[in-house]
Amino acid sequence: MAEKNITEITDENFKNEILESPTPALVDFWAAWCGPCRAIAPVVEELATQFQGQIKIGKLNVDENPKTPGQYGIRAIPTLILFKKGAVVEQITGAVSKSTLETAIKKTL
Amino acid sequence: MENLVYDLIIIGGGPAGLTAGIYARRSRLNTLLIEKLIPGGQILTTDWVDNYPGFPEGLSGFDLVDNMRRQAERFELSIINDECLSLSIDGSDKIIRGHQRVYRTKALIVASGATHKKLGAPGEERLGGKGVSYCATCDGPFFRDQEIAVVGGGDTAVQEALYLTRFAKKIYLIHRRDQLRATRILQEKALSDPAIHPIWNAVVEAITGTDQVEAIKVMKVDGSPGETIPLQGVFILVGIQPNTEWLKGTLPMDPQGFILTNSEMETSLPGIFAAGDCRQKEFRQVSTAVGDGATAVFSTERYLGTL
Repeated sequence: MAEKNITEITDENFKNEILESPTPALVDFWAAWCGPCRAIAPVVEELATQFQGQIKIGKLNVDENPKTPGQYGIRAIPTLILFKKGAVVEQITGAVSKSTLETAIKKTL
Repeated sequence: MENLVYDLIIIGGGPAGLTAGIYARRSRLNTLLIEKLIPGGQILTTDWVDNYPGFPEGLSGFDLVDNMRRQAERFELSIINDECLSLSIDGSDKIIRGHQRVYRTKALIVASGATHKKLGAPGEERLGGKGVSYCATCDGPFFRDQEIAVVGGGDTAVQEALYLTRFAKKIYLIHRRDQLRATRILQEKALSDPAIHPIWNAVVEAITGTDQVEAIKVMKVDGSPGETIPLQGVFILVGIQPNTEWLKGTLPMDPQGFILTNSEMETSLPGIFAAGDCRQKEFRQVSTAVGDGATAVFSTERYLGTL
């Protein structure tokens, strides 16, 4: 699932790629067994293109990387978390519309 | 773009809307489907669909609607992403104001579906995503070897309780009646499953926990003393509410907001039809939604012929 403009996030690179990202970052916590996660994947891809250079967009597979979702108390997916300078700015759970995500991103920039 | 008048606009990209799209495009109607999120609808959250004919082994809810979407796209159905805000009538044209633009169409099929209902119990909102869930396939794996509750007694609740036995070690099935409403084959499976513990005639009074769900308070419907059950997750599957808020005051609905139609999917307004879960009806299945979608297009064609 390596789409363009989307960084694959793992437990190992999470700190470096997201917490220490110079730009705000959005992480999509997902898994293959989650229908709504697969459904919002194209929306996340569109946002990655739309906000290219302004925000880093990453996807973290919770099956392969259980540590990071555990740290953020994630027990529902899809969960999207917006980070700025290593801190959580907004946490959105469940499949939401593209405009909801756009609004959240614009608020963060 | 505002000057373009579509033959048909379909609101909603679940099974009803996508089926309508397939039929409409095969009838060469200039059709637009507006979906507020991504085509799919509620069936996206169903891990396995075993009762939709034509798939002898069953298939996932995601794959089923993804197939429908690809089939609709094969007939060049335009699908766009927008959220509808209001509907008005201009002569025989219907005007839909969306978040992004205004749409004009001769006929309209509302197939906007429904969303899971909330319990309204204290703690439910605050602990959402922190142990409170409405989607077993999405969130089940977070509850490996834990104790959880499933609230509800219909097909969805019982099927999801059975699905959750793959992960949770103990599942309280909390239902406000003394028997399940789910189809018999599901009841038999659930009631013979050693991991599933029904609690009859009971409702959830509160969900408690600091940062995560830690317990639920259960109250008996007859007023006898309930109990506090320590657990880590609560799956709430107590029915649906229609996505028709934006149509209030323009289309006749029942008190719950389900759109009133006849068996031809006609509302009382000429050229406006409803299909699938947003419509008032007794049974809500993918197979019935698909039938609604096809019927709505036949009625649309008949209506367009009168213009």
